[in-house]
Amino acid sequence: MGVQSWTFVIVGATFLLYIVVAIWARAGSTQEFYIAGGGVSPLANGMATAADWMSAASYLSMAGLIAFMGYGGSQYLMGWTGGYVLLALLLAPYLRKFGKFTVPDFIGERYYSRQARLVAVICALFVSFTYVVGQMKGVGVAFARFLEVPFSTGIFIGIGIVFFYAVVGGMKGITYTQVAQYCVLIFAFTVPAIFISLQMVGHPIPQIGMGGTMQDGTYLLDKLNQISVDLGFEKYTEAGMNNRINVFFITAALMFGTAGLPHVIVRFFTVPKVKDARISAGYALFFIAILYTTAPAVAAFARTNLIQTVDNQPYAEMPTWFKKWETAELILFDDKNSDGRIQYVADASINELRIDRDIMVLANPEIADLPAWVIALVVAGGLAAALSTAAGLLLVIATSISHDLMKKYLKPEISERNELIAARVAIAVAVVAAGLAGINPPGFVAEVVALAFGLAASSFFPAIILGIFDRRMNREGAVSGMIIGILFTATYIWYFKPQLGGPGTPEGYWFGISPEGIGTLGMLINAAISLVVSRLTPHPPAEVQAIVEDIRIPRGAANAKAH
Amino acid sequence: MASESAKLYWKRNLRILLILLLIWFAVSYGCGILLADTLNQFRIGGFPLGFWFAQQGSIYVFVVLIFTYVYLMNRLDREFDVHEQ
Repeated sequence: MGVQSWTFVIVGATFLLYIVVAIWARAGSTQEFYIAGGGVSPLANGMATAADWMSAASYLSMAGLIAFMGYGGSQYLMGWTGGYVLLALLLAPYLRKFGKFTVPDFIGERYYSRQARLVAVICALFVSFTYVVGQMKGVGVAFARFLEVPFSTGIFIGIGIVFFYAVVGGMKGITYTQVAQYCVLIFAFTVPAIFISLQMVGHPIPQIGMGGTMQDGTYLLDKLNQISVDLGFEKYTEAGMNNRINVFFITAALMFGTAGLPHVIVRFFTVPKVKDARISAGYALFFIAILYTTAPAVAAFARTNLIQTVDNQPYAEMPTWFKKWETAELILFDDKNSDGRIQYVADASINELRIDRDIMVLANPEIADLPAWVIALVVAGGLAAALSTAAGLLLVIATSISHDLMKKYLKPEISERNELIAARVAIAVAVVAAGLAGINPPGFVAEVVALAFGLAASSFFPAIILGIFDRRMNREGAVSGMIIGILFTATYIWYFKPQLGGPGTPEGYWFGISPEGIGTLGMLINAAISLVVSRLTPHPPAEVQAIVEDIRIPRGAANAKAH
Repeated sequence: MASESAKLYWKRNLRILLILLLIWFAVSYGCGILLADTLNQFRIGGFPLGFWFAQQGSIYVFVVLIFTYVYLMNRLDREFDVHEQ
């Protein structure tokens, strides 16, 4: 059986699995629709959070980015895992004790203000929508390449699937589907990694194999450094950061952004107890870490393999994967010196090969010559990653509209039954809108996603943290902080992102901070403004101060309720 | 719960947070970014040490930190009798 038949079979089987799970776990009430009834076990919640969290960017793009950036790719590894420590220690237990449905619920009640809730809703919609567009693009890429359908058709298939199980299942359906998707994606990511690790260094655990020795007795990483330097690239493992501040800021933006993403935070409302909220953050990070520690190994293997396969080899003798990706225009070869061989070097004037970084994970099993079913499995895993994240985000978008906007703002008298209908309509509209936007997104997948983190870090993170840890924080402080934080960050991103039509150039970066890292500065500005404004305006009311006291003590966490 | 004991509970909670977050900062921003060059002079197996911290070690430490936090907090909750039944 060829790669394509295998892909149809495996992708088809996993899709069937998701649909069966979604029907089995469909939601019957708003409580089930928004937070899965609050009865998910911490272990299942950990897996669902991990799948929700690990997006098309983590799965498809990250190892590729690291393969081409070497040490520089570490910012994504640390940034996208370190945020869970903040979540577990600073947010999850307190928000669980607070016991409502959404992040705007918390903001609205803690800051006793409908305006604050509205600002939070708008921020949540903005952040989630930016993020979901990147997922849709990931779905389109995977379908387009492996089912050989047009990119937009791929996106429409993805829309159809998410539409079905998100609309039917709500949070409950999504949570249990995500558990299934986690199993698919982690299996699909680690199996090829183990194969390749065995092939290259003879060790079955990629995390250790990465530090192992190759057949000629040299360490893999030393070899990789050597061949990189020979071709004029930087040493793979060298922290050759010309801009340490920028690395620092990007890592921080990703960490604090993780802890401020509404679709991640809402997961901790789905467990029964405060204690469960703490431990499920631990499980989530454990499950995420399996992929995040494998990815750098995959990156190092892929990079070594790639260079050895192509460098200075005759173009005519390239394997079939090379030709296939060439057809997709994701590998470009231009024989500048007409010697019929591929010169792959750092110097742009001699270099003859251009490789799209996003293809590394998908191409890796082919480069390593693994069996066809492994390649098909990788595709199914990529789709699982993109679909699970998209579903979680779409739920946040739908909840923001039906619960935060309609129920809490426009039409408080709405019945539970109508609210549920509104939620389903909202999610349906959101799925379609996200798909359409996904057909024409800015930048490549990881870049789009990285921007959403800056926006989350600069809007929610300070408002939530200060709401828990600073009793004196009031409405005026939090609202002005959120508005200025997100406006500052969004403006800077627009200004310095040519894909978004901004006029700025990298020479103009403040302190050398790129748009991906600016959320950290936005967050600091947000916090500073909140603190100053709150000290100049009245204390929050006594009952709000009592809420702050109450969420600090675990005992007495009620089920999250529609209030 | 008496407010004296609530204050003490919160103070102990903050101390746990502070210590764990210091470790969090030290392994990622410290060993993984700021000191990476210096640490790269040392090796563990085939890994330069700074590179290992940035791409492997910091993530392992993060996982351990959360489980340590859960353990410490559960113990603290019981000590102050604020744990959930």
